[in-house]
Amino acid sequence: MLRGILLGEADRILTLYSPWRGKVRAVARGVRRPTSRLGGHVEPLIHGSYLLARGQELDVVTQGETIHSFPRLRDDLGSIGGGLYAAELIYHSTSEGVENYPLFRLLLDTLMRLDGEGSVELALRYFELHLLGHLGYRPQLGRCVACQGALPPTVNFFTASGGGVLCPSCHPPESSVRRLSLNALKTLRFFQEKDWAQASRLKVSPPLMAEIKGALREFILYHLERELKSTLFMDLVGGHGSAASGATVLRPAHGR
Amino acid sequence: MNNPVTTAAPVGRLIQEFHKLPGIGPKSAQRLTYYLLRAPVEEARSLAQAILDMKERVVLCSICQNVTDSDPCLICRRGDRDGGQICVVEEPLDILALERTGEYKGRYHVLHGVISPLSGIGPEALKVKELLARLRDGLVREVIMATNPNLEGEATAMYLQRLIAPLGIKVTRLARGLPVGGDLEYADEMTLARALQGRQEV
Repeated sequence: MLRGILLGEADRILTLYSPWRGKVRAVARGVRRPTSRLGGHVEPLIHGSYLLARGQELDVVTQGETIHSFPRLRDDLGSIGGGLYAAELIYHSTSEGVENYPLFRLLLDTLMRLDGEGSVELALRYFELHLLGHLGYRPQLGRCVACQGALPPTVNFFTASGGGVLCPSCHPPESSVRRLSLNALKTLRFFQEKDWAQASRLKVSPPLMAEIKGALREFILYHLERELKSTLFMDLVGGHGSAASGATVLRPAHGR
Repeated sequence: MNNPVTTAAPVGRLIQEFHKLPGIGPKSAQRLTYYLLRAPVEEARSLAQAILDMKERVVLCSICQNVTDSDPCLICRRGDRDGGQICVVEEPLDILALERTGEYKGRYHVLHGVISPLSGIGPEALKVKELLARLRDGLVREVIMATNPNLEGEATAMYLQRLIAPLGIKVTRLARGLPVGGDLEYADEMTLARALQGRQEV
């Protein structure tokens, strides 16, 4: 369940992300009434099982049951922000009816990670990088995107339009391409290549996390061609105050 | 909406205006328009005047932000309401619902919305500043969060709690549990868990 839009007096139009049908829109009737049987099962960020009846324009949700409600995620503002951000990314990067099981799995795993004890920021960076991979925008981090040469162990440059990293000799001198420190490059590579069990053990300092966050956000904005609304909320409630400052510094680069 | 050339222009225009209202489809808009067309002119004038009065005379209460025709509003003016309790609601209609219970004797504060990350609505679009200003005089003992029990309402309550807690004021949340007339079998896990946590000795 990605999001619900109010419809009429007591209905909601839901957007669901399903394992086999991708993004699906459906109407849930009467769910805003307190006695609705469905109401609590169709909140955003619920992993549930739903029975849809084919409708003329929109399908209608006739039954629903929660599989995971992620209660700990719901008790923390930072995790709520992260979960909604993940949902919004999926919402805007997918089309209705296009199956992408790995993406479904990634979203579900990410929500479970946000529901756990670990770092919200780490889970989101891992999500972003692998989301790009599943969508076909995997950033090229191993070689320079221009000369295809090996990247020297120094400060390189990260380009969203080029789809990856530029080495210092291919990087036009006075352009506004983002600098990418060696540590950030190594961290991104590690996230991209390793599974979560290994990635989750990585300790990333707040400044480094802010750098990676900025780079990935720029990359995502470039490919999505839109500003994400939930990032405002995430920056507001900030992952417990640590990495939030980095995000505000990076924002002027895109304008809004 | 298509406006057939056979309809007189003012009639077509009124149909369109009605059609803009929530819950009014093209057919209902036509029915309302033709009803008014046949009704005495006083009835039409009285309706038009009522709409204008509502728009021109109703303001937001400078204390609780509820809609009112006299500032401060009736509830804020009444001496028998406890000024030490403020119940925070999303919309003015929520006050009506709470007042129907007859249980609450404190005052209210209307946020006029809820923090909605997916719609990009942040606290700056709500009456949060006004709420914090009311808490500064030190008379308020308790703030009751009566936002809706959904993700956005919860997030708003948590956010406000974070802002208010440093002021040393008690912040409470409406209990969440089973609705009267509901069915245990169909309750979702979250509601049931809250109902269990908040159970009371009978």
